[in-house]
Amino acid sequence: MKKVYADLHLCPNLRDLQQVSRMVIKASRLGYHLLAIPFPPNCMREEIERIRGICNEVSIDLASRVDLRPRTSDELIRNVRKLRRKFEIVAVLCESKNVARQAAKDRRVDLLNFPSRNYRLRFFDMAEAELAAGSLAALEIDMEPLVALESPARTRVLSSLRKETAVAQGYHVPVVLSSGVSDELLLRKPMELAALSSLFDLRRDLALSAVSQTPVAIVKRNREKLDSRFVAPGIRVVRRGKDC
Amino acid sequence: MLKRLKRRYLAIEIDSAESFDSRELMEAVWCAIEKLYGEYGASHTGLSLIEHEADRRRVVLRVLCDAVDTVRAALASITKINGKSVALHVLMVSGTLKALYRKLEN
Repeated sequence: MKKVYADLHLCPNLRDLQQVSRMVIKASRLGYHLLAIPFPPNCMREEIERIRGICNEVSIDLASRVDLRPRTSDELIRNVRKLRRKFEIVAVLCESKNVARQAAKDRRVDLLNFPSRNYRLRFFDMAEAELAAGSLAALEIDMEPLVALESPARTRVLSSLRKETAVAQGYHVPVVLSSGVSDELLLRKPMELAALSSLFDLRRDLALSAVSQTPVAIVKRNREKLDSRFVAPGIRVVRRGKDC
Repeated sequence: MLKRLKRRYLAIEIDSAESFDSRELMEAVWCAIEKLYGEYGASHTGLSLIEHEADRRRVVLRVLCDAVDTVRAALASITKINGKSVALHVLMVSGTLKALYRKLEN
């Protein structure tokens, strides 16, 4: 069966529809079938549908995503409660340890993202991994700094990513490789992202799964949950009516 | 007995509004490999230029089979050549040049 490749963090400027269109076409040409674009929390459904229309033109599946950047764990809980049913993917950009820990244990959070360029704010350690392993959160790694940065900054990023992926593998926390780019020239093919991940010693099978099966499974799981017929995992309404 | 070295041919697309000559391209590729893997790592790639079709914005490289991912990662890390923005994408990998060209035409 043909592999479906996904990029869950494409960051075009949503105000510039031409750029969105260019990036979506480029992603399609590079072999992606599923994209997730972060929308602002207060965006209208029409805006999402407009971008979905652009994606449908090139046969790309779009998943709506929201990036939360809370300052406290209470703010995170409030935002997740408000937005979970509005977006297909909820990602949390963890800029403090408290937020990171709360995000890791919250089953409504899909992706844990850490500031890519500031290695002091990367809180993915063993305690974080243990919490994430007990919930549904995956570690998202943006590959943009590996492409855009030069040494020694890239060396530092590689060093922290090597530690984090080793911890994630040890605790069986799923890893998702995303591009995280807002410039189409920085977009790379899924196989190229997988090859780049060898720089921080991610196993090849895990790297391939991080650009295909894992992100696709996250979107599938959430779509199932957001469906009106969903009751609980494994239970869904098949038919409604008096004769049931 | 010495093991036969297996090679792979990589067809690469040059994604840029600018044009580059073969020398500029190869220098950028070698430089990217050396930056990521050092001279020792670069020496294991067996990299050489087979063909550069400037009009079709395509390059064919030959590398050792074990170094395909190394070269792929290095190519992905190239964002500029002589200050001009560029992206290099691997279009196809093949064991023989004949098969590579056949796949490219399909």
